[in-house]
Amino acid sequence: MTGPLLKVENLTKHYPLGSGIFKKSIPVIRAVEDVTFSVEAGETLCIVGESGCGKSTIARLLMRLVEPTGGRVLIDGTDIAGLKKDALHAWRRRMQMVFQDPYSSLNPRLTAGQIITEPVENFERLSRKQRNALAADLLQKVGMSPEMMHRLPSELSGGQRQRLGIARALALKPSLIIADEAVSALDVSVQAQILNLLLDLQQQMGIAFVFISHDLGVVEHIAHRVAVMYLGRIVELAPSEALFAKPVHPYTEALIAAAPVPDPTRVRLEVPLEGEMPSPINPPKGCAFHPRCPLAIERCRIEVPPLVPMADGRVVACHVRAPAERQMQPTHVDLQLGH
Amino acid sequence: MLMRESAEDDVLLDVRDLETHFYGEESVTRALGGVSFQVKKGETLGVVGESGCGKSVTALSILRLLPKLTARTVGGEVRFHGRDLLDLSDREMRKIRGHRIAMIFQEPMTSLNPVYTVGRQIAEAVQIHTNATHSTAMAKAEEMLRLVRIADPERRVNNYPYEMSGGMRQRAMIAMALACSPELLIADEPTTALDVTIQAQILRLIVDLKERTGTAVMFITHDLGVVAETCQRVIVMYAGRIVEQAAVTDLFARPAHPYTQGLMRSVPDPRRGRQRRLPEIPGIVPSLREPIVGCSFAPRCPFAIDICREKTPMLRDVGSSHAAACWRAEEVMGA
Ligand SMILES: Nc1ncnc2c1ncn2[C@@H]1O[C@H](COP(=O)(O)OP(=O)(O)OP(=O)(O)O)[C@@H](O)[C@H]1O
Ligand SMILES: Nc1ncnc2c1ncn2[C@@H]1O[C@H](COP(=O)(O)OP(=O)(O)OP(=O)(O)O)[C@@H](O)[C@H]1O
Ligand code: SF4
Ligand code: SF4
Ligand SMILES: [Mg+2]
Ligand SMILES: [Mg+2]
Repeated sequence: MTGPLLKVENLTKHYPLGSGIFKKSIPVIRAVEDVTFSVEAGETLCIVGESGCGKSTIARLLMRLVEPTGGRVLIDGTDIAGLKKDALHAWRRRMQMVFQDPYSSLNPRLTAGQIITEPVENFERLSRKQRNALAADLLQKVGMSPEMMHRLPSELSGGQRQRLGIARALALKPSLIIADEAVSALDVSVQAQILNLLLDLQQQMGIAFVFISHDLGVVEHIAHRVAVMYLGRIVELAPSEALFAKPVHPYTEALIAAAPVPDPTRVRLEVPLEGEMPSPINPPKGCAFHPRCPLAIERCRIEVPPLVPMADGRVVACHVRAPAERQMQPTHVDLQLGH
Repeated sequence: MLMRESAEDDVLLDVRDLETHFYGEESVTRALGGVSFQVKKGETLGVVGESGCGKSVTALSILRLLPKLTARTVGGEVRFHGRDLLDLSDREMRKIRGHRIAMIFQEPMTSLNPVYTVGRQIAEAVQIHTNATHSTAMAKAEEMLRLVRIADPERRVNNYPYEMSGGMRQRAMIAMALACSPELLIADEPTTALDVTIQAQILRLIVDLKERTGTAVMFITHDLGVVAETCQRVIVMYAGRIVEQAAVTDLFARPAHPYTQGLMRSVPDPRRGRQRRLPEIPGIVPSLREPIVGCSFAPRCPFAIDICREKTPMLRDVGSSHAAACWRAEEVMGA
């Protein structure tokens, strides 16, 4: 069977905001709005975007930890919303998540060893010896000493807790890992170890990753494709190399320009993205980026730009840089892109 | 003397030989094995080092926030304006914490109370240190949320922590720490959950605060880009000790400790090719349970020679305002 491992169609999530007394007037937080993408086996799709733009919400929707307001998530062509208990159980074995906040996602009463082996023990019985061997092996893989299997999460450093979350996700040898800022707390040398481990596993076992990260260096290194989100929507989705070589959406451009450079003698472009932060409660009309966009035109204030496929395999939602009408006259935009 | 050339009255925080241990059922973890450094008034000191090397424990030891039952600072001094914080009563310490020294914790959920709204928690932090009324404090909370770039602050003050994204929680905590204009801000990985644009804005906020109020900042981060941009001086820790300290430009131009050098090489660099293995420092940090003989980095060090396994290298000057704890620092700098 071919077809993508994971397919997400028009996924939408609105959270009710507070407890309005009048039901119909409850404002909502539009966390995820009409998101569509797919992931092939063995592929790494990275999701980047501003804090609060809905990345973790997508992760939670994929894991079915929250129910969507609209849209579907298909694994191997099957809608996960319809899965019955057994099928759900089997599916959980193939899909694991590394949470953004290791502190609240690890049971504080279990030791590191128990935390790592617990997912496996949901599926098969392990002898004490097997348990210890598994925990020791995985701890070593994430660069921690096996003696730490007896520690509680509170007795580990921040980065050690994060690696514990990664070890737990690897224990079941899943085919898809949703990693939400999984290396954000790691110094670059340990981060390199972990990224190498993930790349090795991907090559050996064909694991696919949905990898959420704000670290563009990491993203550029590991991504096959990158989805850029802004205020709940995907605004650009492109092969990694193309995206970093030539960002098309103005937000992507600002994001890439803002990355800090590990070189004190280089001054980076000052002040990326001025302007009021957009609110997912009252999103700007039309293109949500228009209040901060240097290229905005009248139309941007009125119409939501659709995702338009471009020649190099990317899709971009921007009236100016990816106008839906092909016959639109070439404008100054082409000049700007032609460098 | 090591890096002590500045006049003493420039020094805000002077940490000397700080040693902290954790007591397990049958073992002791020597998390800090004698850490000494200074933070000068108005400066930003970067602290970097491998995961588990003792950065957070250093911060928690300074503020005396270690778990009471299992941890103890067994030696050293933490002089703040010349007074040793380790000698203060709990009551005196509480007056300093959050007021004159504020901390941004590595994991927001460890310090945000899940059952109170974020606005209420920031307002309380304001009220502890000023005699603001409740409504003034709430207004201040709203203003602080706006400053840390949270949209719709007038509604977000009523959010519970779980209703915010990871990065928003982190910013709420930054708002709480900045609300009282501390003299010293200890920021433990304050921007780990933030995308680069908001990170840049938060860093600028901290710099602004520094310029306006003269706040000194101790900036714990693994992000070398952030270090390069915000810090004047940097200390590098490894296995519970400081192995290098230098002005930021010297550290990047001529790292003198093999660990620092390895760290800089591990930064992903697309020019070396995507989806390839990154250079890593092979091996793992030593267990802190047994006392370490010789240099703690020796098992992983490409420069190691016999003396490294026998004698512990002390921090020594290798340039002006540049010190390293390595027997072969000069050769490392030339490499
Ligand atoms: N409560 C505890 N009991 C036992 N050991 C502890 C405890 N807290 C921390 N440690 C150990 O002390 C060492 C230093 O931890 P610390 O949290 O300071 O690391 P860190 O440098 O902040 O690392 P990270 O970058 O991963 O946050 C670690 O090896 C950790 O396992
Ligand atoms: N349980 C919840 N209840 C109400 N609102 C929520 C809840 N979880 C998330 N939200 C809101 O949904 C929006 C998206 O949050 P999400 O956690 O997906 O962002 P994110 O992209 O992961 O951000 P970050 O990079 O800061 O982690 C935010 O405005 C957040 O406040
Ligand atoms: S659609 Fe308009 S406002 Fe939106 S990114 Fe494009 S030019 Fe800017
Ligand atoms: S003292 Fe020796 S082992 Fe330690 S860092 Fe220097 S060369 Fe390497
Ligand atoms: Mg998130
Ligand atoms: Mg830490």
